[in-house]
Amino acid sequence: MRELSLNVMDIAQNSLSAGASLIGVEVEEDAALDQLVIRISDNGRGMDEETVRRVQDPFYTTRTTRKVGLGVPLFKMEAEMTGGGLEVKSRPGEGTVVTARFVPSHVDMIPLGDICATMLLLITGNPDRDFLFRWQRNSRGFTLDTRELRGVLGGDVPLDSPDVAEWIGGYLKEQEEALKEES
Amino acid sequence: MKSLAELQAIRDRARAQVDLREKSDDNIRVLVGMATCGIAAGARPVMLAFVDEVAKRQLKNVTVTQTGCIGICQYEPVVEVVAPGKEKVTYVKMTPEKALRVVNDHLVNGNVVTEYTIGANS
Repeated sequence: MRELSLNVMDIAQNSLSAGASLIGVEVEEDAALDQLVIRISDNGRGMDEETVRRVQDPFYTTRTTRKVGLGVPLFKMEAEMTGGGLEVKSRPGEGTVVTARFVPSHVDMIPLGDICATMLLLITGNPDRDFLFRWQRNSRGFTLDTRELRGVLGGDVPLDSPDVAEWIGGYLKEQEEALKEES
Repeated sequence: MKSLAELQAIRDRARAQVDLREKSDDNIRVLVGMATCGIAAGARPVMLAFVDEVAKRQLKNVTVTQTGCIGICQYEPVVEVVAPGKEKVTYVKMTPEKALRVVNDHLVNGNVVTEYTIGANS
């Protein structure tokens, strides 16, 4: 992948398939520690230990339309290439947490890319699910919680209606600019 | 700065035109392939172009959503358009530019962009 945020989009699809009603995406950048952590967590159906082991194998997939499952192995490889790593924690019935740690100064580091586009599309593409997005950069950060937006919108105005989609896109862009100004 | 008050105003406006939303029998669904293969081939900018353009043109009868891998990875990014009473149209090797034309010609004016379909590209 050309951007880590594309991997986030990809890994989040697994959470959607696992029937999660709430999906968390956390990005933590720490310049002093030379570390970037990306965490995707969900309250979906979860996996047993054996399956957790097997999702890191490219020749394992639950799909029947093809024989390979590259999402998690690719993300893992990208993290390991920088000297970081990937960890999957899961319990049947409780959900799954995928945590990838990167070393940004490494020559093989892939840029984070447009994480806001990823979040906008995850939210508007799945208006029946909730997303909690948190982006922390050094001492500054922001959060977008679709449960809060839903509270304002009420039950009858969906998150994917055109005006709401524009608001979410605009909000994410403003927050991203504010983060970048500071650092 | 975007505020929750602004979101409230959006809600109130949407409620005022609730009649537009009720007519959901003409709802068109745009499904963008978002599995690993689709994303790696450039599905995200394609989906973003659909979402942006649909919002810009206020197409309230169009839903842009994601779907998995349908097994034709070599044709990704793949976009399916499903309209009630019509045969499903599968567009292949999509780009953001092609997406804009599909919104204009197909979603707004009802004319399938035949040259982008799987039939014309296989």
